[in-house]
Amino acid sequence: MLFSKIFGKKKYSRKASWFLKIFAGAGILFLHIPILFIFLYAFTTEEKSYQFPPPDFTFKWFPIAFERNDIWQAIQLSVEVATFSTLIALILGTLAAAAVHKTKFFGREIISFAVILPIALPGIITGISLRSAFSLFDIPFSFYTIVIAHATFCIVTVYNNVLARFRRTSMTQVEASMDLGANSFTTFRYIILPNIATALLAGGMLAFALSFDEVIVTTFAAGQQTTLPIWMLTELIRPRQRPVTNVVAVFIVLITFIPIIGAYYLTRGTDDVMGGGK
Amino acid sequence: MTSIAQKISNFLFFRNNLFLILLLLPPVLWLGIIYFGSLFSLLLQSFFYIDNYTGLIVKEISLQSYRDLFTATNFDIILRTFLMALSVTIASAAIGFPIAYFMAHYASDRAKPWLYLGIMLPLWSSYLVRVYAWKLLLAKEGVISWVLDKIHMTWALDLLLDSPVLGGPSLSISYYGTFLVFLYIWLPFMIMPIQAALERIPRTFIEASHDLGGTPDKTFWKVIFPLAFPGVVAGSIFTFSLTLGDYIIPGIIGPSAIFIGQAVYSHQGTAGNVPLAAAFSIVPIFIMCIYLWVAKRLGAFNAI
Repeated sequence: MLFSKIFGKKKYSRKASWFLKIFAGAGILFLHIPILFIFLYAFTTEEKSYQFPPPDFTFKWFPIAFERNDIWQAIQLSVEVATFSTLIALILGTLAAAAVHKTKFFGREIISFAVILPIALPGIITGISLRSAFSLFDIPFSFYTIVIAHATFCIVTVYNNVLARFRRTSMTQVEASMDLGANSFTTFRYIILPNIATALLAGGMLAFALSFDEVIVTTFAAGQQTTLPIWMLTELIRPRQRPVTNVVAVFIVLITFIPIIGAYYLTRGTDDVMGGGK
Repeated sequence: MTSIAQKISNFLFFRNNLFLILLLLPPVLWLGIIYFGSLFSLLLQSFFYIDNYTGLIVKEISLQSYRDLFTATNFDIILRTFLMALSVTIASAAIGFPIAYFMAHYASDRAKPWLYLGIMLPLWSSYLVRVYAWKLLLAKEGVISWVLDKIHMTWALDLLLDSPVLGGPSLSISYYGTFLVFLYIWLPFMIMPIQAALERIPRTFIEASHDLGGTPDKTFWKVIFPLAFPGVVAGSIFTFSLTLGDYIIPGIIGPSAIFIGQAVYSHQGTAGNVPLAAAFSIVPIFIMCIYLWVAKRLGAFNAI
């Protein structure tokens, strides 16, 4: 049968069949090769088409992209939005995680469901709901409408990371601190915060990455503002200078890899779930 | 003298419920008002309708927008999106399962973190950049055509593109392209939960099955697969739901025929028919509710 070919021969063995090894390797390559081509195309001399192989290579697109004002403005807006939404998500996500962890209250399941929903439902649902609510109440689109939208779907990454950390933090330290006469604030400052610090950092980094990259909800929550992904989308639909887009794409890949790898190392070897699946 | 902080602390310490409410209030207010309030306003607007003569939105409860969903054009959009979501989900489960199985059961301790990062980086890294990368690969003069030309397989691509309905002038303007990009973008969402489910199966179960005379096939189908199935369902929820709502991928790669997401986008924007856009966006929610209900009935959540 096919499955004996894929999953091993006569006996259950600790070694994978060749077929499975090659399949898994090819799968991982499939996930990475397209990104490598972005790097290659950032150096092409060909401006108009997606011709492969590139006729020649050049570094000139990097300084050209560097001098484009619109790109810098988009980056600045994206960083500002991501910073504010991450801060809000950090506060709300930690509070929700603390409440869910602390007690088994009525509606606890509903809270964890409500936190995950904005990311589990397609982004377009979150986007158009917020937009219809904004227009219903005549709220003009601004920097803040983008932040509100982003913070809503960023809560989940902080919530997941902090809740997982709470679950494996022993509460005896907290009790000891209280027994020794510290009040809740002192206990929070000296016991709880150091314990959850790396989970907060990891959750915050992922929230930042999530916000920095988000495009679907942003198109609905933004008016005339251009975040970096919106800039990218415009260039994809109506390209102006293709190689410049390639350079920006390389930049985005490098920038988003940093927080992801950082969050990975901060939560490594623990049961902390990074995103619970974006 | 006790400080104010001490007083507040003491006050809260003996009132556990009050403290809990203080913790819960901000996130509940935020999600309740902003998110669920918005969802409700969307639902409400889907019952409004647009006046065909004035082009204005009539704020009266009516099922007009929902009736409009069943016109031939709109129903085609829904069917097309549904079939795409279904095929993407099946394909990513078929491809994702062996990868997850290898990661969970065979990868050495040294290789495991690398494989994990290998799935994690694409999952979290830029969605748009990865879609863009596929434009480079699928274009008529792009990488895939070039490779096929070098190995003298262009005829196979031509044969594929000649097929009715699914084909097109090039991979980037056919349903094959849309399917491939969806598969690529959502595949990590399938691998991660399956891997987590497989990781939780104790090795002793497999050894017990073997000791009791189970062949690898039998062990796989009677022990491993049923225990990993909740992971497949969890992954499929993501792949299915995300394909139903996406409007960027079919907008950039594929034929000009539109998907639900694009219909929502154009009706709320250029067409100015917000009620119809709202009705359209209720469709993925509705399909997902049925999906989750069926998944629950199948007992898929019991093992989580």
